[in-house]
Amino acid sequence: MTRWCVRAALSGFFAAGTLAVHGCAPDTPNAPNAPDLETGTVVSSAAEWPGSFAIGRDATPAEIAALNIDFGPDGADAPPGSGSVAEGKFVYDGKCAVCHGVTGQEGPMAQLVGREPREGFPFGETRGLLKTVGNYWPYATTIFDYVNRTMPITSPGSLTANEVYAVAAYILFLNEIIPEDAVMNAQTLPAVVMPARDRFVPDDREGGPAVR
Amino acid sequence: MGNISRRTMLGATGGLIAGGLLKTQADALVVAEEAAGLQAAQADPTKMLGGPTSVLGQRAPVEQPRRGMGSPAATGASRTPIEQLRGIITPADLHFERHHAGVPAIDPDRYELLIHGMVDRSMTFTLDDLKRFPAESRICFVECSGNGGAAYNRNAPRERAPSQIDGLFSTSEWTGVALATLLREVGINPEASWLLAEGGDAAVMSRSIPVEKALDDAMIAYGQNGEAIRPEQGYPARLLLPGWEGNAQVKWIRRLEASDRPSMTRDETSKYTDPLADGTVRQFSLVMDAKSTITFPAFPFVLPERGWWEISGLAWSGRGRITRVEVSTDGGRTWVPAQLQDPVLSKCATRFRHIWNWDGGEALLMSRAIDETGYVQPDLETQIAARGEGTSYHYNTIRPWKVEADGRVFFAQGEAQ
Repeated sequence: MTRWCVRAALSGFFAAGTLAVHGCAPDTPNAPNAPDLETGTVVSSAAEWPGSFAIGRDATPAEIAALNIDFGPDGADAPPGSGSVAEGKFVYDGKCAVCHGVTGQEGPMAQLVGREPREGFPFGETRGLLKTVGNYWPYATTIFDYVNRTMPITSPGSLTANEVYAVAAYILFLNEIIPEDAVMNAQTLPAVVMPARDRFVPDDREGGPAVR
Repeated sequence: MGNISRRTMLGATGGLIAGGLLKTQADALVVAEEAAGLQAAQADPTKMLGGPTSVLGQRAPVEQPRRGMGSPAATGASRTPIEQLRGIITPADLHFERHHAGVPAIDPDRYELLIHGMVDRSMTFTLDDLKRFPAESRICFVECSGNGGAAYNRNAPRERAPSQIDGLFSTSEWTGVALATLLREVGINPEASWLLAEGGDAAVMSRSIPVEKALDDAMIAYGQNGEAIRPEQGYPARLLLPGWEGNAQVKWIRRLEASDRPSMTRDETSKYTDPLADGTVRQFSLVMDAKSTITFPAFPFVLPERGWWEISGLAWSGRGRITRVEVSTDGGRTWVPAQLQDPVLSKCATRFRHIWNWDGGEALLMSRAIDETGYVQPDLETQIAARGEGTSYHYNTIRPWKVEADGRVFFAQGEAQ
């Protein structure tokens, strides 16, 4: 089918030479969706997919190790190293206090330290309560995981494992969760029981008429 | 163009060409953009040859919507101006932003996605690899979990525009590869129940995603509204979880690790959890419940005269399709069904409209969405009773708008009790 093409005609009039680029080609009929025995196989639904598309490549153990930095509550994959409260204070004062305050309470960025309110858990009931590591965070391992991946914000990922364990120790000490002589490592950090640990429950919203 | 005259512009552009300075494609782009600017304000466009074609289109000079934001910050947010948009699609450059450590500059030629853990084969995929797999497109919303926080307050300020309340919400056509397709390729183990999704930004953003969702309708998206995803939205590829909170839809995704337990990252423990009045904290509260808001008329618009006006807005649900939107013009005493504009898509913005004859008196406008599960968007008091005043995230209560007799319109949470 051919059709008269206004755009091609006008662009030819105003800008000779552009017709070859912008001109209308005659419409071509759609090719039937059928196997072409000469050029390959057409698969029309997921049910006919091959077992593998053979796209992508195997990742090497070194590549995986370089990216596999997460560290959950069970402590599996926790890196070697350790840090004391005193060592953590040294790191914190130099690299963290400028944003989080010298005692972890002054800001201007997130307040890290504070156990109030110690009675009950009124965060849902009362508007505007500050959530800190001490009064809200359910897992101590999250401190390591988060600081390790993205702190300090001007130089993310720059701390050594020893420094991150030490900072975690200092923050936990300031929150009155571990004693001043505690040392955090791959075994002791996952063992710390956070005050808010048992407050966390699965989502019970499920649609339907109930407002939850 | 500012106040630069047309004559000045013609002179500048002509000089650039005549002087032989048009050397690069970038120069050509500048010329084309300047020429397109000439289209502004011709007294009688039928008496003057119009502007030429151009390599990149632009908005009409007086149509310049902008994202709403405070001061620029790498850890901040910007909001979609929903009251300025028509239909359901958000232009990609107006999609809301929420970054935790800024927008990374990722070389697409060096980009790789690693999938490992409880899989038969740990594999990496380049961007070209991802684009080679069978692709899919779907139109759906992305919404920040904290969207609507300004409305969860009996004393919410009156001078609030819809975007200042619900602008952390955008709708795009997303294109990519189904995550199920990639998990099939690596052979995810049946015992795997969680995927840790991790971004390649300076936050190394991380969230744990149930495998059930990953196999249902999750996507590794590289396209947005017909072009490559914008850097602010995760270029070159992001995780898309239709209907779920935006924070979990990790942008700039670089790694997926299959396991049998969540990682308990910062953003699924200390943030993006919902403390409740009973002293518990709802965790992995990932689905966005049904919500709607009127985007017209709303603050700061002033109705200039009584008569027929079309109330219009957006409704959506993370649990499926919107089946009904009801509108009230009398503060919730009576409700009538609004018209739903096709297409009405699952987990997608749905445009609703209701024609209204304003009699010039005070009116209290509301909308409420109902989704295919039978969920009805609640009012503020009902949600406070269910969750408590101090709860965080997932604020989906009815948004009331007060029309004053002089035509001014205000956000009116406090007057709707």
